[in-house]
Amino acid sequence: MDGSREIPPTPTRRAFLQSSAAGFAGLVLGFTWTGKGRLGVNAAQAAADGRFAPNAFVRIAGDNTVTVVIKHLEMGQGIDTGLATILAEELDADWAQIRSETAPADAAVYNNLNWGPVQGTGGSSSIANSYPQLRQAGAAARALLVSAAAETWGVEPATITVKQGVIAHAASGRSARFGELAAKAATLPIPAELPLKEPRSFTLIGTRLPRLDSAAKTDGTARFALDIMPPGTLVALIRRPDRFHATLKSVEAGAARAIAGVVDVVTVPAGVAVLAKGFWAAKQGRDALAVEWDEAAAEKRGSAELLTAYQALAATPGLPARREGDVAAALAGAAKRITASYQFPYLAHAPMEPLNCVVVLTPDGCDIWAGDQFQTMDQANAAATAGLKPEQVRIHTVYAGGSFGRRANAASDYIVEAVSIAKAVGANGTPIKLIWTREDDIKGGRYRPMYYHTLEGGLDGDGNPVAWRHRIIGQSIIAGTPFAKGFIKEGIDHTSVEGAANLPYAIPNLAVELHTTEVGVPVLWWRSVGGTHNAYATEAFLDELGEAGGQDPLALRRRLLAGHSRHQGVLDLAAAKSDWGSALSAGRGRGIAVHEDFHTFVAQVAEVTVAPSGKVRVDRIVCAVDCGRAINPDVIKAQIEGGIGYGLAALLYGRVTLAEGRVEQSNFHDYQVLRIDEMPKIEVHIVPSDAAPTGVGELGVPALGPAVANAVYAASGKRIRVLPFEETGNA
Amino acid sequence: MPVSFTLNGKPTSLDVDPEMPLLWALRENTGLTGTKFGCGAGLCGACTVHVDGEPTRACITPVGTIDGQQVTTIEGVDGPAAAAVRTAWRQLDVVQCGYCQSGQIMAATALLRQVPRPDDAGIDAAMSGNICRCATYVRIRAAIHRAARILEG
Ligand code: FES
Ligand code: FES
Repeated sequence: MDGSREIPPTPTRRAFLQSSAAGFAGLVLGFTWTGKGRLGVNAAQAAADGRFAPNAFVRIAGDNTVTVVIKHLEMGQGIDTGLATILAEELDADWAQIRSETAPADAAVYNNLNWGPVQGTGGSSSIANSYPQLRQAGAAARALLVSAAAETWGVEPATITVKQGVIAHAASGRSARFGELAAKAATLPIPAELPLKEPRSFTLIGTRLPRLDSAAKTDGTARFALDIMPPGTLVALIRRPDRFHATLKSVEAGAARAIAGVVDVVTVPAGVAVLAKGFWAAKQGRDALAVEWDEAAAEKRGSAELLTAYQALAATPGLPARREGDVAAALAGAAKRITASYQFPYLAHAPMEPLNCVVVLTPDGCDIWAGDQFQTMDQANAAATAGLKPEQVRIHTVYAGGSFGRRANAASDYIVEAVSIAKAVGANGTPIKLIWTREDDIKGGRYRPMYYHTLEGGLDGDGNPVAWRHRIIGQSIIAGTPFAKGFIKEGIDHTSVEGAANLPYAIPNLAVELHTTEVGVPVLWWRSVGGTHNAYATEAFLDELGEAGGQDPLALRRRLLAGHSRHQGVLDLAAAKSDWGSALSAGRGRGIAVHEDFHTFVAQVAEVTVAPSGKVRVDRIVCAVDCGRAINPDVIKAQIEGGIGYGLAALLYGRVTLAEGRVEQSNFHDYQVLRIDEMPKIEVHIVPSDAAPTGVGELGVPALGPAVANAVYAASGKRIRVLPFEETGNA
Repeated sequence: MPVSFTLNGKPTSLDVDPEMPLLWALRENTGLTGTKFGCGAGLCGACTVHVDGEPTRACITPVGTIDGQQVTTIEGVDGPAAAAVRTAWRQLDVVQCGYCQSGQIMAATALLRQVPRPDDAGIDAAMSGNICRCATYVRIRAAIHRAARILEG
């Protein structure tokens, strides 16, 4: 049973407290957290609030189990394990007694401290924002247990030790396990001072601990939203238009209704929903619909037309995202100039579990089961759709079968669809299970935007880069969402230019410009967001510039990164571990790239073989990571391995294209992803660090592409500037 | 006419459309949800079960075609190879989101029953029908090697 994960059946905050009190006669820990030591972009604003509402992150039961309440979505990144590790460390718990439980949707208690009053998971922020919070939570629980032991035994708290789940008083030889003291501890006041451990005495953080979710995910018992099927559930599939922003003109549903098992056909804003007693009937019913669309407002352009428009824009100045020195003059005066353009297609996230959720809607409440990544937004959007208040929407977060950003979107698309269906059938309490098929997923939009980049660089007579102009053309992920105010400054969507506008290299004349385009294709953040394209364009172009100046890629980076010790640290580690500079046989090559995002630093060295046909095989990736203090080194390695595989899939094959506005791909045969036979050998090395821990969930992706591209050049003399590699016959 | 087959060792009879894919019959009519839906087109392996011991894509197998056969799912797979695979998977913490892993484990178990000591190429060949979007492939390979060693004793 170790590592079992309980899903609270009635996950309201109140019910949570009640059930823990009634069911466990244990200790529910609530405390006020001052925000001291908090990390993250919003630290200053949030600290100004001065106070956080009491939190409940840990429960200790009479049976000696410690349940850590996890406020972030477990979507594969190992966050159950990571957050539990932090709390267990300060509690001095034994890892075997640790359980995890998903938190209810309650932004007042379980908000992402980097995001303000919003509960959600993303931006590789889960460990970073939770680290101080859960240390405090663990320390508070420990202090109460120590107080309880001191009172029970009549000894001074200072003479009590806690180690691996055992509370002991050496002088009297007494000891107790947590469970024995939980009831008493629950009656005591929390000490005002909660000293935290010195990191050097950590016994769990920084060690390899078994993942909490391995058992359930290897015997079929792990529950995903797709597995939630209350009695009487109707499965719903939606027929959506095949051009974005088309609307329903007419539907002929007679044939659909005639299919055995089909119960209802309703129209909703997203399209036409077929409800049936199971997936198969719903699918047949949907196939039988005859639908006409009004395409007056539909996007009808194809990828080729978009590319032509983007290329034209690239010839004109964009809005400045960064401007240093005088780039025009420096380019004009350069001893040597080079220019290059890079193309990036739309990308679907294609998480393994297609979008789905279960909704039970009544006139006065809504229950939603989902692998929910953005609880506060989803609560608000579901409430608005249903005509309820957000607090009447209860979200039951379950494991997500991957997300990579897809499940967190400002429109809460799949949640809103399901709620709108439940409303259309009368808000009668029938469980509605909306399932997207893989075709729906690939064709359904919210892609990583298509981008076009043009870079121009100038070198002085000694081959040193003196000018850098970078133009980025593409849609804004943030425009039109509630985040626009925070993320778009003077016309610049931060997510469009991250990784480019903050180029760390010391180049005296530097301009980064942005053209934000408007296209009727819904777009979204995709694992590592701006890093998915900006890292490629900047790190591949730097190699081109270096080559024009006769410079070694590693030496050039080291020199231009003087003073950036963490960048240099990962570069040096990756170079050393990969034997950078040693000879490779003909047809093989090595490339390097470095990237910082979310305060984590990653360098990768790729080794590739390029066949005479041009086909690229990635043989080996050596990756160095500096993410501050490593909470779970093995989980970090797993995330980097996975990020590399995910990035490589996009690099080689990832491509959503449009023909007259219609998506041309539909499933894994034409939206190809990485399979095991193309997975390279991967070595991950973590830089030892005492810095505050930062995230790694997205960090395997950005440096992978340019490291491989630079390696391909070293192996074959070919620069690949159009993604995916398949586009040019290199995959 | 109901379809009758043996499911995880137990006689089972389902009165469903014989064209219905075995995947949905398992998930919705027997309540065994460990077998997953990933593509519905035989492309990803998330729905892999064993039919008479052979790894089979349940999403493209009409339930009517398995009449009289033995179906084993992640919930029922056992024996030395399955136990070794599970142990190795847990020792190496292969899983990430876990959604593909039922299918991976069913495929790996079938492989080890046929080839007790596969090499990397053999693993790649047998497992390349099973997509993992979390790209746990490095550990899948390592875990299959480890499971093979466990089986050797
Ligand atoms: S769901 Fe059956 S192969 Fe993908
Ligand atoms: S573990 Fe997530 S798809 Fe394989």
